[in-house]
Amino acid sequence: MLTVVIADDEPNILLSLEFLMKKEGHRVFIARDGAEAQELIDAEKPDLLLLDVMMPKMNGHELCRYVRAQPDLNHAKVIFLSARSKEADVQAGYEAGANLYIPKPFSTRDLVSRINQLMKPVG
Amino acid sequence: MNSLTLIVCSLLYLSLLFLIAYWAEHRTHTRQSLVNNPYVYSLSLAVYCTAWTFYGSVGRAVSHGMQFLTVYIGPTLAAPLWWLILRKIIRICKVQRITSIADFISARYGKNRGLGVFVTGLCVAGIIPYISIQIKAIATSFSVLSGQADNASEGLFLGDQAFYITLVLIVFTILFGARTLEATERHEGLVTAVAFESLVKLVAFVAVGLFVTFGLFNGPTDIFQQARAIPALRQQFTFGPGHTSGDWFWNIILSMLAVLFLPRQFQVAVVENTSEKHLNKAIWLFPLYLFVINIFVLPLAFGGHILLGNLPIDADNYVLALPVQYGREGLALLAYIGGFSAATSMIIVETIALSVMVSNNVVMPFLVSRSNWQNRFGSVSSTFVINIRRLTIVLFLILAYIYYRTVSQQFSLVSVGLISFAAVAQFTPAMIGGIFWKEGNRAGARLGLYAGTAMWFYTLILPTLVPGLLPPTLLTEGPWGIGFLRPQNLFGQTDLEPLAQGIFWSLLVNSLGYLWGSINRPQSALEHNQAVLFVDIFRLSRSDESSVIWKGQVVVSELQRLLTTFFGADWARRVIERYTSRHAPATPTIYADARLVTYCEKLLAGAIGTASARTLVASIAKEETISVDEVIRILKTSQELISVNRELKRKSTELEQMAQQLSEANERLQAADLNKAEFLSTITHEVRTPITSVRALAEILYDTPDMNDHSRQQFLGTIIRESERLTRLINQVLDLERFESGRLQLQLEPVLLRDIVRQAIDTIQQLIREKNISITVQHDIPPTTVRADHDRLMQVFINLLSNAIKFCEPNQGRIAVLTSADGTNLIVSITDNGVGIDPAYHELIFDKFYQLHHKTRDKPTGSGLGLAISRKIAELHGGSIRVESQLGQGATFTVRIPID
Repeated sequence: MLTVVIADDEPNILLSLEFLMKKEGHRVFIARDGAEAQELIDAEKPDLLLLDVMMPKMNGHELCRYVRAQPDLNHAKVIFLSARSKEADVQAGYEAGANLYIPKPFSTRDLVSRINQLMKPVG
Repeated sequence: MNSLTLIVCSLLYLSLLFLIAYWAEHRTHTRQSLVNNPYVYSLSLAVYCTAWTFYGSVGRAVSHGMQFLTVYIGPTLAAPLWWLILRKIIRICKVQRITSIADFISARYGKNRGLGVFVTGLCVAGIIPYISIQIKAIATSFSVLSGQADNASEGLFLGDQAFYITLVLIVFTILFGARTLEATERHEGLVTAVAFESLVKLVAFVAVGLFVTFGLFNGPTDIFQQARAIPALRQQFTFGPGHTSGDWFWNIILSMLAVLFLPRQFQVAVVENTSEKHLNKAIWLFPLYLFVINIFVLPLAFGGHILLGNLPIDADNYVLALPVQYGREGLALLAYIGGFSAATSMIIVETIALSVMVSNNVVMPFLVSRSNWQNRFGSVSSTFVINIRRLTIVLFLILAYIYYRTVSQQFSLVSVGLISFAAVAQFTPAMIGGIFWKEGNRAGARLGLYAGTAMWFYTLILPTLVPGLLPPTLLTEGPWGIGFLRPQNLFGQTDLEPLAQGIFWSLLVNSLGYLWGSINRPQSALEHNQAVLFVDIFRLSRSDESSVIWKGQVVVSELQRLLTTFFGADWARRVIERYTSRHAPATPTIYADARLVTYCEKLLAGAIGTASARTLVASIAKEETISVDEVIRILKTSQELISVNRELKRKSTELEQMAQQLSEANERLQAADLNKAEFLSTITHEVRTPITSVRALAEILYDTPDMNDHSRQQFLGTIIRESERLTRLINQVLDLERFESGRLQLQLEPVLLRDIVRQAIDTIQQLIREKNISITVQHDIPPTTVRADHDRLMQVFINLLSNAIKFCEPNQGRIAVLTSADGTNLIVSITDNGVGIDPAYHELIFDKFYQLHHKTRDKPTGSGLGLAISRKIAELHGGSIRVESQLGQGATFTVRIPID
């Protein structure tokens, strides 16, 4: 079971991601903006973060950099889910420290399998 | 009373019934159905009370004491179980378009023809005598009232009133039930007429009861006291030798089953049912009806016995004889009409139900299984089906008449009725097992039905042939002198009455046969599919087109041809077109998809029965074998996502079309060299957001078949809302593109601005109420006409008003609308007391998608295009839109439209 923090300013996308992750058996925390997400990150020390890029108060890139700066979150994986899909946007996402950049709209099955692959214990 | 008067009254009454039926059907066509309400439904169930109830209960009470009540206690006790059983049967029949009990059993056990034929046969054999006693009741009541001798047993049938009664009934039964072919096999006119008859017989019976109790005696106490003095009556109402609780028990069980499985009950309760919800009321209304119609049975039985006991009058006739003897002609006529309605409603509904069974489960399956049927009957099939029904109606009523003339003279109303009950009770294991036990299979159903029917015949029918056809020793010493095979004392048991023991043995061997066969014999794939569809109906079905079982390839045109033969060309074409427009296939193909094939099969099943429909469709399909898993999978997907929510389906088709238009508009925009990269990338982003939600939620629904109802509703609701948002967004983008490219011309006409304002406010009433906002409208000028585009201006006002509402606090919002003029312009200003707008942004907010860069509140729900479009519209009219506002102090939007 993983601890997952999901941040998106679209409540309906939160609804689907939350359901999907709970169905996979994870502990799930959701945030409507970057600031809320930051509090959750501090409190819950997540293993996995699913982040929108454009959010009020603190955007996805800033959040991701924040996670990378926390020594006790070395193991955490960050996935961006964004409607911006241009080459430059993807590039910027990886530069901010993401493990994966998945454009919206995404396939839920694909998302789950890529998460499983990403979280597979090494070796 | 003169017999001519009686004949005229009977015919007038039947004509009145027909008028009622005709009127009800007319109402159905104008969509004001009378039948779609629980009271009519409950009353139509009271077709259960036949002449047997009306006349026979009193007779039975005189001869058997309280036992007459078992026939009503059974249904009363069973009624609460209807929620479990009847509701499920109704749902299954709606989903599978099942039209009779024979059809039900045949469909459940692999659409098997043999079973359908057998069930039909048993119904016919069991029910014809029952119909014949109704004819007998009418004939007897006729003779009691007219004073003429009941002359059935002597002379030619041409001199027999019952013969003419039968002819009249044939005509009316055909008028009621076999005029046209309906795919649903529902007859709203008939149901209304039957409900009316139920009222008539209730009123008539209660009227006679009141007359006897309070007119001839001094109330019930008086009657009961006088009755106590008569030893014969006292004995019937004292428990002692000859009354066993076993008899009561089995009679109650029997009537519990009969009220579900008698063909006429199945017809009114299941086939004619318009809404499952009606059961809620019927569960108590129907027992209440039974209670009321039984209140006066004992007073009438006792009163009749006390007053008429010495006369040669059959106790079955007391209801009629009492008013006649005491000179109440009007009341006697009412009683006659009551009994007549009890008998006619039973005869008409029962005969129609049987004729449907025969045509759908015997004749059509036989015909369509012959390879050359279509060549021979191809173009006239619907008339052909109707003619078969008419023919069977004639045949059955004539048969019932012959039975009445030859056999039924010797039996009382009730005994024949109970034997019919016992016949239909044989369907119990196959029906109940069929809807609750998936392992129940065809072999079991066959074995049980055959064994039960054989036992029914042996214990209940054979004894009726003594002493006419068989020697009396059969009953006293058993066949070939073997004592424990005596039909009425089988295996030496002597505790139960003949009837109760017949029920006991037949149901016992029937159930054991069903269990044994089901456990020991295998089930075919098709049978298993049907078993799952029946047993899990509530889990699998939320709509009537969600069962999918065809995988074979069927060419659409063939399917259409098949429908044409039965329903006519226009109708068939409409069905196919409607279907394809709703479930537009991704790639057009000449092959019908599985759901269309199933849908057509069900339509056909409604008209000609499930087994025939299956055979017909199979004849044009190259069916591949299909596994159960696959059926379930198709079922789930089709129903979870596609069929369940038509709304959703409609939306996604809409969206597809709009996406197409959008991409066309997109190309034009690029060509027009507007600014464009940014605009386009913004649109793309704005479109992707709702699409992401829709796609993710839909995929989750698809992959989570066992999702609970609450989440499912939430997900579907969100999908619908997001689709709407997408639709709005795309529409606005398209509008804007049309305005900017000059492709959209204003439709100028003289309009009154204040009218448009009022209509705009009406349109958004809902939003205003939800947020509890107060809105005032003030006109500073008299009504003035301008030339403008009505719809576009309305769009502007709706947009401005929605914005005003959006930025107001709930419960505190105030919006003021003012119309005025400044010499050259008409002015409409809309002022709110919402959050207000910093003057720095007063021009920016009219930019496309401006909200994206200005997120101070929760994410805005609009498209970000409303103001841009509104300004564009005002400018196209030669006018303008301006805003005046300070942050935190509300805002005023002013629209100016020039007066020519």
